[in-house]
Amino acid sequence: MSATTTRVKKNHGPRESLFSRAGAMLVMAICTFYFLVPIWWLFVAATKDRADFTTSAPLWFADFNLVENIVNLANYRDGLFFQWMLNSILYAGAGAAVATLFATMMGYALAKYDFRGRETLFNVVLGGVLVPATALALPLFLVFSQVGATNTFWSVFLPSIVSPFGVYLARIYATSSVPDELVEAARIDGSGEVRTFFTVATRLMTPAMVTIFLFQFVTIWNNFFLPLIMLRDEKLFPVTLGLYIWNSQVNQIPEIRAYVIIGALLSIIPLIIAFLSLQRFWRSGLGTGALK
Amino acid sequence: MTTDIAKPGTPTKAVTKKVRRATKATKNRGAVLFFIAPFSILFALFYIVPILVAIYQSMLTVEREGTFGKPTEVFGGFVQYARVFQDDAFWSSILRVLSFGVVQVPIMLGLALLLALLLDSPLVKGKRFFRLAFFAPYAVPGVIAAVMWGFLYSPKLSPFTAITSEINFLGADLVLWAIANVVTWVFVGYNMIIIYSALLAIPSEIYEAARLDGASQARIAWSIKIPLITPAITLTAIFSIIGTLQLLAEPQVFKSFTSAVTSTFTPNLLIYSTASVPNVNLAAAFSVVLALFTFALSFTVLKFTQRKAD
Repeated sequence: MSATTTRVKKNHGPRESLFSRAGAMLVMAICTFYFLVPIWWLFVAATKDRADFTTSAPLWFADFNLVENIVNLANYRDGLFFQWMLNSILYAGAGAAVATLFATMMGYALAKYDFRGRETLFNVVLGGVLVPATALALPLFLVFSQVGATNTFWSVFLPSIVSPFGVYLARIYATSSVPDELVEAARIDGSGEVRTFFTVATRLMTPAMVTIFLFQFVTIWNNFFLPLIMLRDEKLFPVTLGLYIWNSQVNQIPEIRAYVIIGALLSIIPLIIAFLSLQRFWRSGLGTGALK
Repeated sequence: MTTDIAKPGTPTKAVTKKVRRATKATKNRGAVLFFIAPFSILFALFYIVPILVAIYQSMLTVEREGTFGKPTEVFGGFVQYARVFQDDAFWSSILRVLSFGVVQVPIMLGLALLLALLLDSPLVKGKRFFRLAFFAPYAVPGVIAAVMWGFLYSPKLSPFTAITSEINFLGADLVLWAIANVVTWVFVGYNMIIIYSALLAIPSEIYEAARLDGASQARIAWSIKIPLITPAITLTAIFSIIGTLQLLAEPQVFKSFTSAVTSTFTPNLLIYSTASVPNVNLAAAFSVVLALFTFALSFTVLKFTQRKAD
């Protein structure tokens, strides 16, 4: 926030006209409506029982049945939905944590050490940034089926711990925020290279690491094609794939619609919590990536 | 692309650095290996090997001895690629996502840029709230967003039945643009944050003079801010083009709302349905061509904008 407040204080220039300020606020109001109404609708719909869902006004509450709906969802098919939520948290949480560690180590090495083939290595990784995850889903399936490892936890988990974009961010950030002098000082104090990284560098690189973690967390959480291709056992599904399957069954099993809606609402809560709690880190980290 | 932002207070002593690095190189081989090995091995296993396997598989073709004979995979050279280039469904799906991108990407990035500029201007109050409100849809996974909008487009259940009972958003004419709206809804806030972060990094002294001369906010935005944040806009454009060509989750979900979305609607849907036939070799060839196409297009955009900036 500090950047914004200093900027406001410095406004000695001409006052903006009432007309342009009103126009700006009108644009903001319309956009707020556009972006928030669908989420509001989802929240309201999740609080209704089946009868109210079709008969009451869609954007306002009828009888408040949110808790009952969640309980029903938890009881439906032995809590399969919460198994999916847990799977997603494991795929995304553990996957993003490991991806962040490896990408930061790689980025740090590319920024702070001179070794043969460094630029080639970096360029290959940069090429990886331009290869979209969906394009790799089928090739990954071919690889995993060669070793008979499709339809396993690892077939979805292992590919998601590689983040070329993370390496790119980490390298830029390490170059600009970990001074060579500091690394050298640690070296003179007798600290090993690896220890210096874990005690000194990671502390300075925290904003970049949080950004990489969040990016990867969202990427894995939203990942759909890879689990769709890899998994048959519904006990291994992430929440996106599970809700997709349920949604495609709504025509055959009408009562499932209520579970899709309440499940959709619950599935976005972990991401909102992650973004809100880590806000001050990722905002500064994103700026680094965009400016270069 | 290569200018790093040096933090104030970090002296850059190029000469001493060079000398020091030369000695480091031989001394720290073990440490370097420790740092780069985990990522490099995983990158090789889950990026490079799959690409090589896909290329290999795309070169194979299935042969049978007689109609009911055991199928055997034999090397077929570019047979699959010949099929790809003759496959009308594949090229019309490419054309479909290209026309999608030509309309949707500029609208999305234009809106993201406008909102970022407004958030950065003194015209707007309550910035913190608006920033969060616009970014919130990014927390909704594409699959979930598509499910949600499927209800919002529904002629009976939508809160806007006044519109949706008159206009069929899920019909063959409009469904592509109904999907474009879902993608726009999810990603405007994300692109806005990237552009906004770039705007925040511009020191305000740069346009202080223009303000004192009485330049309007619109003028400052057009002549000073936008040229300075071109790298950020390029970045968002490239990611958007990649995302468009790889469109999958949203149309896959819409398939259960409408028959207007077929299993060859986008290139990735076609790859998925071809792979589940199963015709893995042809699907691999589709994947390779799509990846090359995506790569070429984003590379062209990058080069084009770089040349413009020079």
